[in-house]
Amino acid sequence: MADTLRPRDAKDVEAAVQSALAAAKTVEIVGHGSKRVIGRPAQTDLSLDLSGLSGVTLYEPEELVLSAKAGTPLAEIEALLAANGQQLAFEPMDYAVILGGHAGRGSIGGALAANISGPRRIKAGAARDHFLGLNAVSGRGESFKSGGRVVKNVTGYDLCKLMAGSWGTLGAMTDVTIKVLPRPETEQTLLIRGLEPAQAIAAMSNAMGSPCDVSGAAHLPADIAARLPAQEIAGGAVTALRLEGFSPSVAARKHVLEALMKPFGELATADEARSRGLWTAIRDVAPFAVHPSTLSPREGEPPLWRISTAPSHGAELTATIARSAPTQMFYDWAGGLIWLTIEAAADAGAALIHRAVRTLGGHATLIRAPTSVRATIDVFAPQDPALAALTKRVKESFDPQGVLNPGRMWAGV
Amino acid sequence: MSVAMPAPDEAVLARRERIVAALRAIVPGEGVIAAEREMRPYEADGLTAYRQLPMVVVLPDTTAQVSRVLAFCHAEGIKVVPRGAGTSLSGGALPLADGVLLGMAKFNRIREIDFANRIAVVEPGVTNLAVTEAVEHAGFYYAPDPSSQIACTIGGNVAENSGGVHCLKYGMTTNNLLGCELVLMTGEIVRVGGKHLDSGGYDLLGIITGSEGLLGVVTEISVRILKKPDGARAVLVGFASSEDAGECVSKIIGAGIIPAGMEMMDRPAIRAAEEFVHAGYPLDVEALLIVEVDGPPAEVDHLIACVEAIARSCRAVTCRASNSEQERLLFWAGRKAAFPAVGRISPDYYCMDGTIPRARLPQVLKRMRELSESYGLAVANVFHAGDGNLHPLILYDANKPGELERTEKFGADILKLCVEVGGVLTGEHGVGVEKRDLMPAMFSEADLKQQQRLKCAFDDKGLLNPGKVFPTLHRCAELGRMHVHAGRVAFPDIPRF
Repeated sequence: MADTLRPRDAKDVEAAVQSALAAAKTVEIVGHGSKRVIGRPAQTDLSLDLSGLSGVTLYEPEELVLSAKAGTPLAEIEALLAANGQQLAFEPMDYAVILGGHAGRGSIGGALAANISGPRRIKAGAARDHFLGLNAVSGRGESFKSGGRVVKNVTGYDLCKLMAGSWGTLGAMTDVTIKVLPRPETEQTLLIRGLEPAQAIAAMSNAMGSPCDVSGAAHLPADIAARLPAQEIAGGAVTALRLEGFSPSVAARKHVLEALMKPFGELATADEARSRGLWTAIRDVAPFAVHPSTLSPREGEPPLWRISTAPSHGAELTATIARSAPTQMFYDWAGGLIWLTIEAAADAGAALIHRAVRTLGGHATLIRAPTSVRATIDVFAPQDPALAALTKRVKESFDPQGVLNPGRMWAGV
Repeated sequence: MSVAMPAPDEAVLARRERIVAALRAIVPGEGVIAAEREMRPYEADGLTAYRQLPMVVVLPDTTAQVSRVLAFCHAEGIKVVPRGAGTSLSGGALPLADGVLLGMAKFNRIREIDFANRIAVVEPGVTNLAVTEAVEHAGFYYAPDPSSQIACTIGGNVAENSGGVHCLKYGMTTNNLLGCELVLMTGEIVRVGGKHLDSGGYDLLGIITGSEGLLGVVTEISVRILKKPDGARAVLVGFASSEDAGECVSKIIGAGIIPAGMEMMDRPAIRAAEEFVHAGYPLDVEALLIVEVDGPPAEVDHLIACVEAIARSCRAVTCRASNSEQERLLFWAGRKAAFPAVGRISPDYYCMDGTIPRARLPQVLKRMRELSESYGLAVANVFHAGDGNLHPLILYDANKPGELERTEKFGADILKLCVEVGGVLTGEHGVGVEKRDLMPAMFSEADLKQQQRLKCAFDDKGLLNPGKVFPTLHRCAELGRMHVHAGRVAFPDIPRF
């Protein structure tokens, strides 16, 4: 077990990385550890536990900004925002549902480092789109900052974007500033029953191309829909379209959307409470939940992939994969995000899935698989040589000695 | 105006004829311009106070040509300045005397429109407005709308991460892109993203966007297109003080409303605009707010009523909602013409672009009035009120000796003030050469060096658009050097478990 350091402040983080550099040791960066099992397995000499860097340092609801230390619990931030009628519009998912562990864990730094998002991605963006400023310690052991505390800023390179989704391989974030937004007054979900994936994607595409301002579009095939609590879905495949906003607007848009969707199939409505429950389940990938008592994924859980593609390619992509191996899947983002479990070959289906994605465009990430599998396959989509070389140079520009989360995304990065 | 640019490389200038011939071999015909008279149109961008003739202008037509031009320049150690339509307000496309000016105007094709996935694939020389024009027959549009949208190109928008009056609700350029093809200084071609959302690796698209042409040359861009809202209405509200106007903006956002646009003007800007376009603006107010909401009629009418109620509660002196599309456009006509309107009342004006936390607006305006008096230069303010992006317009006369220099000093003081109150140097115009030397007001040496190390990952010889953004140039080898202090006590007193 690697030695764990618990810095109390940004200065401690800087000292820790400097000392690791001096001793030629590698460092795993951990917030709450809620996504620790994603990526290639870490084999580092030390763990840097940032959960001690906690607390909201600035919150100005009317400026739409919030600053916090990187280890601040997401749950604490979400509760504070909710009390002020606001929210994180990128709708961060709770990974405990599919990875095990205690519900509601996860830090703001971790959410940003993994660039997480939810069903509202198609309308409101991912964590990257709400990341305004940061302080971090590079793999050189130097503190640096980027961005600011205002929502509109083009001063210097936008390092927030680069740090979002870098999985701690470029720097250890110590302080972050994010954009926050008003929480919609209400929501309703229009349900279409009994569609095949290709029809469902056509319906979702039609809805997204309407002026109805749909903020969530998902399709659950019958076997997946059956796994959700019965009061939300009553048998058969279901396609869900969420409308959020001020109540007169939601009512008006629902009227228009119903007329548009009528030709596709039988319609139903989920009211506010049921709609919230449904989208929380979709956000957290509840159909592929581990057993609630599980604190970490067991060897027996089927490998779970997250695939991002062009919405219109969703059905073809999953059909291609399903021809070669038994799979279960559902679609979010109007068909652009596919959550898929595969009855595992030794490689968790990596070769098959990466090949299919390369042909149709997009990228696939293995979110859940035993350590032994993650150690031997491409957890993140393999890159072509020019992009891989550029990625490596970017890594070296922040972390020339490769001390921070080495190999978590790709070997040598 | 003068600004120190990297010293021209005499060895490169001495080889000029050979270089021009080599470039002509890559880009045939009229694609290489070497005659001084024909290069004149390229000597400046929208920041016309800075002028410099390039060594040669190259107008490639294909990605392969861009790749070969860059590879040649990389091998020969020749600097390259990329240029879109040349509308930059920060001198981002200012040429270098010993550099190739790489004009991307011939990349003006729309390659694909994919309504099913709501994407347009375009070349960088396509104008911002042309993207909307190509998709509006199907009721779609491209959301970022910088005020130069008739002329400015998508490639330039990517370089500058352009915004517009609607970016509070719909995001800046960076929030509306899906992928690009990028040519590195070595000539290598890299594809980033595609038709899908988010990247499988580092968000290189996010870092290229807003990099001001220092990291690579974009040759294709996939942008998201959105369905046009059913309709829009605007409210025109006058206030007796900027404090009241600021309070109104805060209360609107506090009520959970994110308007499609929310613009503020101060008294001098209101007066100039009204005299120019006769939009019906009240002339007896200190601050004027235009609040626009869009969506289905039920939503728009509901929100207009909310905004009017909030405005009244904030002591609005006048409050008028648009009742027709014509009236809505008239409300905007004044605001959109604010810059030329100011141009009418002053021989010259200098447009600044800082962002501040909105609550500090009254304080910033007060300090600006004091500066205005001490410099003896008038200033008019237009303000993207929703996001705190302030555009002070300093009125001056370039023909009066010393006035331009005073204007520059005044402008720098304003931007430093923005940083002082918690804001930033530039909200949407970019750093370029204009704000380059102010970067240390916002960033430490370590911050700037880390940014430059990232540049080295893309451009190891520092040949792409040098002299922009960073006040001090460092060689990549120097930036890469590490000073590891061996033998230091490990983790002196960090709690360990």
